[in-house]
Amino acid sequence: MYAIVTTISIWAIPIIIVGIPLYAAYKKVPVYESFVDGAQDGFGTAIKIIPHLVGMLVAISCFRASGALDLFIEAIKPIVTPLGVPGEVLPLAILRPITGAGSLAYTSELMNVFGPDSFIGRIASTVQGSTDTTLYVLTVYFGAVGIRKTKYALKVGLISDFVGFVAAVTICYLVFA
Amino acid sequence: MVNFIWLFFIVVSFIVAILQGNIEQMTEAVFEGAKTAVTICFGLISVLVFWLGMMRIAEDAGLLHKLAKLLRPIVSWLFPSVPKDHPAMGYILSNMSANMLGLGNAATPMGLKAMQELQKLNQHSQTASAAMCTLLALNTSSITVIPTTIIAIRMSFESLQPAEIVGTTIIATCISTMTAITVDKWYQMKEMKSVRR
Repeated sequence: MYAIVTTISIWAIPIIIVGIPLYAAYKKVPVYESFVDGAQDGFGTAIKIIPHLVGMLVAISCFRASGALDLFIEAIKPIVTPLGVPGEVLPLAILRPITGAGSLAYTSELMNVFGPDSFIGRIASTVQGSTDTTLYVLTVYFGAVGIRKTKYALKVGLISDFVGFVAAVTICYLVFA
Repeated sequence: MVNFIWLFFIVVSFIVAILQGNIEQMTEAVFEGAKTAVTICFGLISVLVFWLGMMRIAEDAGLLHKLAKLLRPIVSWLFPSVPKDHPAMGYILSNMSANMLGLGNAATPMGLKAMQELQKLNQHSQTASAAMCTLLALNTSSITVIPTTIIAIRMSFESLQPAEIVGTTIIATCISTMTAITVDKWYQMKEMKSVRR
């Protein structure tokens, strides 16, 4: 199963890149002109995101550098440790939705210390792989179209992150422990 | 909500930095964070320009339309407010398929394009529409089949079985995505009720 999906992943992009223009040419689309036309939107979209991302990343980076994130993690550690969640993976639950680079760095650190095939290493891998950085996705997607009122979107993202984390830990217990 | 979180991060950081004597680090972090953000956006330019160009060819050839038609039942259940033949449908589908294959840098441009299409249907241009919230929910919980990045990292740490977490990841991602869809639908229903009142 894994081999099949990996092969698809490797071949997907080259096939798309050849397939789309070929099919379009068959449909008599001026492929290069079409490409340039569409590509023009890319630059503006990326630039529009900058203010949103700067604002968000500055706040997150302060939160980490000031030591507030560490305090926060220490504070909730005693609550979850009795539940059987290894204290070491806990910061990941908080880091994952906030910072993609930060949680990736933390996952790498855990693998470095405990090894990728340890129980902690497997939980960390599963958590890291199963959700995306909610705050980043929200900032970029809504920033690109100028949405200011995000309604319940953040809550939905954070709730599903939380459920995803609990699920990841539980499944790792069932499969690996 | 976002306003509150943003202010919360900054104010709490400031107070903790004073208490722990990390004021200098905090100042450094401000500019470090700003720099990272701009670096990310500049990195995005290349993939956005390329993929949006590619997607325009697909759109002009009628491929997006066909794709949308094929998977219409699922997507129109998820996005009831989007007209059946609207181009947004094609972009939403491309975004979902790229996510599933773990092609993050292809997923973002298509997701952003889908957002722009949804914005055209949006009646209040500064407030997120229900469809936008659903698209976001799908992307934050990211339906992944192959967690490419994490497998690469496991390899770099000389894991004996770098791919052994694929199964657990798929189950976890399914659960978080189903949660996201359910919670999103629940909020939508709640909102509709309050509008009627």
